[in-house]
Amino acid sequence: MIELRRGKRDWQSLLFTGATMLATAIIVAMVFIILGNIAWSGGGQMSFRFIFGGTQDGMFDVAHAGIFPMIFGTVALVFLMTIAVVPVGVITAIYLTEYAREASPITRVIRGAINNLAGVPSIVFGLFGLGFFVQFVGGGLDNLLSGGELRYGQPAIVWAAATMAVLTLPVVIVATEEALRAVPKGLREGSLALGATKWETIWRLVLPQALPGVMTGGILAVSRGAGEVAPIMFTGAAYYLAHLPTKLTDQFMELGYHIFVLSTQSPDIERTKPILFGTVLVLLVLTFLLNLAAILVRARMRAQVRLAHG
Amino acid sequence: MSDGPGPSTLDPGAGLQPAPALLPSQRPGRPPRAITRRRPRWTEWLIERGIFGVSLVSIVMIFLIFAFVAREALPVILGKTNNSRAQKQIPADQIANAKPEALAAYLGMTVAELKNYDAETLKTLVELKGEELAHSTNPDAALNTTTWRMMFQPYPWHGYDKPEYIWQPVSEVPKYNVVPLFIGSLKATIIALLFSIPLAVGAAIYVSQLANPRLRELIKPMIELLSGIPSVVLGFFALIVLATWLHVVFGYPSRLNAFVAGIALGLAVVPIIFTISEDALTAVPKSYAQAALALGASPWQVAWQIVLPAAIPGVFAACVLGFGRAIGETMIVLMASGNATIMSASIFDSCRTMTATIAAELAEVVFGGDHYRILFLLGALLFAVTFVANMVGDVVVHRLKASLEGKG
Amino acid sequence: MKSTMLKQLTVGATTLGLAGAALAGNITVKGSDTMVILGQKWAEVYMKKNSGQTVQVTGGGSGTGIAALLNGTTDICNSSRPMKPSEVADCVKKFKARPHEYRMCMDGLSVYVHSSNPLSQLGIPQLEKIFTGKVTNWKDVGGPDAPISLYGRENSSGTYEFFKEHVLNKADFAAATKTMPGTAAVIQGVAKDKNGIGYGGIAYGEGVKHLKVSKADGGEGIEPTEENVLTGKYPIARYLFNYIAPAADEGAIKEYIKWCRSDEGQAVVKEVGYFPLPKNLR
Repeated sequence: MIELRRGKRDWQSLLFTGATMLATAIIVAMVFIILGNIAWSGGGQMSFRFIFGGTQDGMFDVAHAGIFPMIFGTVALVFLMTIAVVPVGVITAIYLTEYAREASPITRVIRGAINNLAGVPSIVFGLFGLGFFVQFVGGGLDNLLSGGELRYGQPAIVWAAATMAVLTLPVVIVATEEALRAVPKGLREGSLALGATKWETIWRLVLPQALPGVMTGGILAVSRGAGEVAPIMFTGAAYYLAHLPTKLTDQFMELGYHIFVLSTQSPDIERTKPILFGTVLVLLVLTFLLNLAAILVRARMRAQVRLAHG
Repeated sequence: MSDGPGPSTLDPGAGLQPAPALLPSQRPGRPPRAITRRRPRWTEWLIERGIFGVSLVSIVMIFLIFAFVAREALPVILGKTNNSRAQKQIPADQIANAKPEALAAYLGMTVAELKNYDAETLKTLVELKGEELAHSTNPDAALNTTTWRMMFQPYPWHGYDKPEYIWQPVSEVPKYNVVPLFIGSLKATIIALLFSIPLAVGAAIYVSQLANPRLRELIKPMIELLSGIPSVVLGFFALIVLATWLHVVFGYPSRLNAFVAGIALGLAVVPIIFTISEDALTAVPKSYAQAALALGASPWQVAWQIVLPAAIPGVFAACVLGFGRAIGETMIVLMASGNATIMSASIFDSCRTMTATIAAELAEVVFGGDHYRILFLLGALLFAVTFVANMVGDVVVHRLKASLEGKG
Repeated sequence: MKSTMLKQLTVGATTLGLAGAALAGNITVKGSDTMVILGQKWAEVYMKKNSGQTVQVTGGGSGTGIAALLNGTTDICNSSRPMKPSEVADCVKKFKARPHEYRMCMDGLSVYVHSSNPLSQLGIPQLEKIFTGKVTNWKDVGGPDAPISLYGRENSSGTYEFFKEHVLNKADFAAATKTMPGTAAVIQGVAKDKNGIGYGGIAYGEGVKHLKVSKADGGEGIEPTEENVLTGKYPIARYLFNYIAPAADEGAIKEYIKWCRSDEGQAVVKEVGYFPLPKNLR
């Protein structure tokens, strides 16, 4: 039974509201503390030389270190990953929204698989990347193409990108599905009524309208992919390379991995702290810009949908 | 679901909708293009089959992940590995007298492989094996340390006073007991959940029930910002900054311990629990809250006694998914937990989790060796745990959605 | 709009994919974290002098390097410990001959404590008891009444193995040892922990106190300096090694190793903080 407290000073209400407000405040405060601390400590390191310079003068030299190879490696990694994940994710989302029957068991299994894929620990992805892509696929390619000589069966940017593609697949699928569902049904029905086949409707009408959502998915996948380190530790990231990766079988340096290395294996952790904070700041700015872009695209898309519905 | 409010083409009484935005092919300046083309039926069928095939990729991937991780661990699971060194030494000059099967077993290969090596190489191998056996004076060297019993039960190792759970895979006698790692993972996860569930659920209640809408639009993105921070950054922050602060505030002996790792892990998990709990709370039909308010309940009574109980399944699912995320997180615990295989109940002791062990040790192992297989076994166990947690969470969310949609 | 984007994507992907066969003159070095900074410095200096050559260096621990040598994923393996007989046997099985071992420089393993720690030396038997967990309080070795906080390396490290073999006499490290991923992390841990004790390469040690080590408890404590290491007085001294598969020991790789062991290379060794090989061993 709810006891009504009319007329009395409702201290329980205040207490409760205060407690939940405090919880919210703590979380928001922690976010700002973390970001503020990083911006404060890393801001001093920002310079043209830092972002665009390389490691030829020493990776741990605070005055001369540059992180361009890491930025390049991260960008190359997410670029390859996007090429792999967006087509597969979009096609799966198309199947789930347009073709699949909701009650059918195969649909439920696919959805279950996607949800589980989203929850697999990142280190298990690392193991999978090592066991499947590097050793099985890479080793198999070696046996087939170069008669056993080791070319593909070792850590490389292509295997790291493939591993990250599997990891970010659920993100792309969910975002694309959301976008496809937002396209008004009337549009599809009109097209079918005019004699277009189902695929023509999807390819020429629905998908172009859903493109902003697909882009959102791609951007979110990229921002997730730029931040994960455990999957790439054994499938392609390297501690120090003299050159930028130029072919698919090269290893690469990466921002997240560099943060890990600087935090744990740098020769003098106190001395290299500025580089570390600077790298973290760059990674965070990159991730947040991507997330912001995704949010803006999604907001504009929602506004357009509201317009279309009149 | 995604239906617009416009009339369907079958509704005779409705007026036409205003024209939708121009399609790309219809922009002024371009000749109009027919949207359809003569297309035979079989390409359509082929395309449909193709789409269906590609969408099976996600199922295939889950299956492959489990298959390949378990495949590497299979010899250990089936008990087929044996690293005992209870062998009598064969002196190098006795090779000619030794039987091929005995020699092959001594060197750890099959009789067929033996033929690949010439006499000189065989002599070298036998000498090396002799050196290896001579090195170990430890009586435990005769044990097979890769059995299930060794991995889960304490053993009175040589050099220790009493039976202990020891994980020390690089040693004269490799010790593969995984119990300290389980305890480490559980400790960090439980601390993370104890920290994050009150905060996240409290914030979810505030944001969905008690705050005014403008504040809600401001707070939600800020908490989602937290989910955008990569875990390596949280780990770095915990290692470099948070550990020092907490050390100063609490004054415990170990700077890097389960507590620091748990707090950082909690921060990583808060967005997940918050988002799903908030969805569950807003999904509770407004009529419940409105009825209670009409009867004179205050907003907090409504939130605490009406809405929250109705959303409990969703909140529970959020916690389960948070648990799955916390137990699978690697970088934060790798950097901030101190990585010591301590099996104590104190949260201010360092701990070593399964995920950090895999990440730290995988680089060193020889592919195909016992240590490698046991690390993959840990991975398979992690996969199984998170799989179950995800299934439970999804089933509950699914049922919650169904029951709410049923009640309307 | 979509079609031009697609075209650009295709061109980009093809370019990345079509970049020819393996670069001639690329040497991969993997292994010891103790040697990774030295390896990197060697690589930098060598590449400045030989512009056609690239050397890439990764750490991960001596065990990683040896595993990589066996798996074929590296040309040179950096190792801060000699290979075990079982590892040599694995190499023989793979390469049909023993791997070539080169001593690259000398290093001392220093024992670090917090700068406020009153102790100035410990004996090897005491160190053994401390790190195996038999002695858990500083007062048992002459310090204040406080629990000992142990810091060590991950088991992929050659430093870990060397310490275990030579100081602990192959006994296990105490379960309570906090395993850190690099020597720098050990130092950082000890520097912030007034009851901490750790071990690692001499080259790293700023911010902590290096203890003198004596062969027997209470004996003459030897400081970890270059002279003591080179003359063999310091008890925990070691060589740092490079291992190569015998078939690979030719051409550019052989040249590189030769250069590292030459006077120029050894000058770099001194710069980084390790100890150059005595002249007679080069």
